[in-house]
Amino acid sequence: MTDIFTAFFLSRLQFAFVISFHIIFPALTIGLASWLAILEFLWLKTGHPVYKEIYQHWSKIFAVAFGMGVVSGIVMSYQFGTNWAIFSQKAGNVIGPMLAFEVLTAFFLEASFLGIMLFGWQKVGPRLHFLSTVLVAIGTIVSSFWILSVNSWMQTPTGFIAKSDGLLYPVDWMSIIFNPSFLPRFFHMLIAAYLCTAFVVAGVSAWYLLKNKYIRHAKIMFSMAMLMAATVPLLQLFVGHAHGVNTLKYQPAKLAAMEGIYDTEKGAAFNLFGIPDDKEEKLKYAISISKAASFILKGDKNATIQGLKAWPKTERPNALVPFFAFRIMVGLGLLMIFTGLWSCYLFLRKKLFQANCFHKWCILMTPSGFIALLAGWITTEVGRQPYVIYQVLKTKDAVTALSVSQVTISLITFFIVYSIIFSAGAFYIIKLIKKGPLAGDWHDAYGTHGLKELPEVSDIFPKTFKGS
Amino acid sequence: MLNFEAYINLPIIWGFIIVTAILLYVLLDGFDLGLGILFPFAPSDECRDKMMNSIAPFWDGNETWLVMGGGGLFAAFPLAYSLILPALYIPILLMLTALIFRGVAFEFRFKSSKRNRIYWDMAFHFGSLFATFMQGMILGGIVQGIEIQNNTYHGSGFSWLSGFSFMTGLALVAGYVLLGSTWLFMKTTGQTQIWAGKTAKYILIYVIFFMGLVSIWMPFIDNEVFERWFSWPNMAYLIIMPILLMLSFYYIYRGLVKKKDKQPFMGSIALFLLGFIGLLINTWPYIVPRAVTFAEAAAAPESLSLMLVGALIVLPVILFYTGYSYYIFRGKAKGEDMYAH
Repeated sequence: MTDIFTAFFLSRLQFAFVISFHIIFPALTIGLASWLAILEFLWLKTGHPVYKEIYQHWSKIFAVAFGMGVVSGIVMSYQFGTNWAIFSQKAGNVIGPMLAFEVLTAFFLEASFLGIMLFGWQKVGPRLHFLSTVLVAIGTIVSSFWILSVNSWMQTPTGFIAKSDGLLYPVDWMSIIFNPSFLPRFFHMLIAAYLCTAFVVAGVSAWYLLKNKYIRHAKIMFSMAMLMAATVPLLQLFVGHAHGVNTLKYQPAKLAAMEGIYDTEKGAAFNLFGIPDDKEEKLKYAISISKAASFILKGDKNATIQGLKAWPKTERPNALVPFFAFRIMVGLGLLMIFTGLWSCYLFLRKKLFQANCFHKWCILMTPSGFIALLAGWITTEVGRQPYVIYQVLKTKDAVTALSVSQVTISLITFFIVYSIIFSAGAFYIIKLIKKGPLAGDWHDAYGTHGLKELPEVSDIFPKTFKGS
Repeated sequence: MLNFEAYINLPIIWGFIIVTAILLYVLLDGFDLGLGILFPFAPSDECRDKMMNSIAPFWDGNETWLVMGGGGLFAAFPLAYSLILPALYIPILLMLTALIFRGVAFEFRFKSSKRNRIYWDMAFHFGSLFATFMQGMILGGIVQGIEIQNNTYHGSGFSWLSGFSFMTGLALVAGYVLLGSTWLFMKTTGQTQIWAGKTAKYILIYVIFFMGLVSIWMPFIDNEVFERWFSWPNMAYLIIMPILLMLSFYYIYRGLVKKKDKQPFMGSIALFLLGFIGLLINTWPYIVPRAVTFAEAAAAPESLSLMLVGALIVLPVILFYTGYSYYIFRGKAKGEDMYAH
C-alpha cells in the first residue's frame, strides 16, 4: 500500500490538484470578462442604468474570482520547476517561449486594466472604461490561446527535434504553436469557459426570479444566459466531436480508453456504459450500440477502430478514469442542450420568467459547466499517460528527484491552504450574490427623464408566434 | 529559422531582461509587501484603509512581474530554472502560500463583516511578512551557492537554511518596509504621512545596518568574489558603490526631514538598484552561483531569438500601460471605501 506513495505519485497528485483548482477561476473569468464587456456596451448604447448595475454587481464577483486565479496561477508558474525539473530542462526550449508570450501578451494586459476596470469609474471616462473592460476580456482569450497551445503541443508534439544532449530544440514555430490538436482544443475550451459562466449567471438569476428579488436585473441576466444555453451547447457538441475525431487520428490510445475499447475491431460498438477492467482487458457490464462508435468517429459503420490491446501494456493509459470522466462530460453537455431546448419551449409559450420548476432546474445546473470542464480535462490528461509529452517523454522520466517527505509537506500544505481559500472565496461570492445588485430608483423615472422602459425578451418575439 | 546568434549575445541580453524583470518585481511588489508588514502598526483604521486603497489598483500587476520572473527564467534559462527551484523547494512553497493569503485578503477584507475583517487583516500582514522573509531567504540561498552534480540538484531539502540566508531574510523585510513607508509618505497626507515618515526614519537605520552586514559578509563566501572586490585596480572603481550608497541614505533622510513627498521613495528605489548591482558584481558570470553561468543555462538561440522579437515589441507597450495605470491613480490616496464603488 505504501509503495504507491512515491515522490513521483505525490508530485502527480499535487499537479492534478493545483491545476484543477486553478482552472476553475480562469474558466469563470474568461466568460465573465466577455459578458461584462457586452453589458457595458449595452449600457453605453442605451444609457439604461440597469446594465451598469448588473455590471457593477458582477464585476465584484469577477474581482474575487480573478484574485483567486492570480494567486493559484503564480503557483503554476513555479510548479514546473519545483516538481518537474527534468521536463523543464528538456522541453524548455520549445514551450518556454510560449509561456513567456502568455505572460507578456496577456497577464500584464489583464492585471493592469483590471485596476482601471474595478477602481477607475471616477478616474476615466466611460469610453476609456469600456476599452479597459474589452482589453481585459481580450487578455483572457489571448492567455487561453497560449496555454492551450502549450498543452496541445504536449499532446501532439510537432515542429521540433531531439538532439544528442537529450534536449528538445524548436525547428518550426508555426507547427509548434499550431500543432495538430491545437485548434479543436482551443475552441472546445473557450466555449466550455463561456458555458461555465452562462450556467452560473443562469443559476443566480433563476434564484432571483424564484425569490422575486431584483426582478428587472434578473430578467435581463436570465434572458442573456438562456440565449447562450439555447445555442452554445449545440455548437459545443460539434466542436467536441471534431476534437474527438482529432484525438482518434493523433492519439488513438487515448480514444480507445475513452470508449472502453480493448480489442481492435471492424464496426466498433459505442459503449453507453460499462466498467473498464485493465487487468482482464475487457469492458465489463457493457451496454452498447453496435457499430455506433465506428459510425460516429469515422462516418462508416464498418470502419476499424484500434483497441487498447494494440499497444503494449506499458504504453497504454489507464482506461477507467478517461472512460467515466468522458461520460460525465458528455452527459452534462446533453443536459445543457436539454436546458436550452426547455428554455426555447418556455420562451415560445411566454413563460420563461414564470416557470418555477425550470428556475429550480437552472439553479441545479449552476455548477454543471465546471464539472464538465474538469471531467473533460481529466479525460484528456489521463488519456495522454504514460507520457507527459506524447511519445517523446514519459511522465515518470520528467519528475524532479525530491524526497517523499518534501512532496508530502507541499501537497498537504496546498490542500489545507486551498481548502481555506476556496471556502472563503465561495462564501464571499455567495454573500455578494445574496446581496444582489445595487438597484437605483430609476424605475420611477420612466417617461419623465426620457428613460424608456426596456422591452422584455418575450415581447420582442413576433406576436404570431405567441403561445396560448 | 529566426536566429540572431551570429549578431548579438543572446544570453547576456536575456540575462539583462530577466534581471530587470526581477528588479521591477522587487521594487513594485516590494512597496506593497512593505505596506502589508506595516499594516497592523498604523495609528488608525482610516489610515489602514488609505494604505489598502493606495495599492489596490496595482497589486495584481505587481505580482505579474513575479510570474514574469518565474516564466521568463523557465523560458530563457531552463537549466537554471530546473536547478534553482528544486533546491529551494520548501521556501518557494512557503512564499507562494504566504502570497496566496495576502493576495486574497485584498478582496476578502472589504467583503467580510466588520467582525471577521481582523482575520483578513492578519492574513494580509502575516502573508506579506512571511512572503518577504522567504524571498529574502531564497535570495540568500541562491547567493550562497547550490550543490550541483550532472545538471541536477544534489543538496538536501534544507541546504538553503543557514545563518546567511536567515540574515538576508531579515534584511529584505527591512528593505521592503522602507519601500512601503516611503511609498506611503508619497501617497498620503496628514496623520498617515507623519507616521509613515517616522517609520521610514526608524527603519532606515536597520536598512543601513543590514546593507553593511551583507556587503561585508558576501565577499567572504567565496575567494573569487573576495578578489573581485579587494584587488587593485578593481577596488578603485568599486569604491563608487559605497559612496553612492551613502549618498542615497542621505538623500532619503533629507527628503523625510524636508517633507519632500517623492524624494524618499525615489531614494529607496536607488538604494535597491545599487543593492542589485552589488549582487550582480558578486555573482557574475554565474546565474547559479559558482556552478552554472548565464551562457551555459541559456535556452536554444532559436528560442531566445523568437522571444526577443516578442519582448522588444511587447515590453515597451507593457511599460507604457503600466505607467499609464499608475498615472490614472496618481495623487494622494483617500480613506473612503473604493471597493464599494
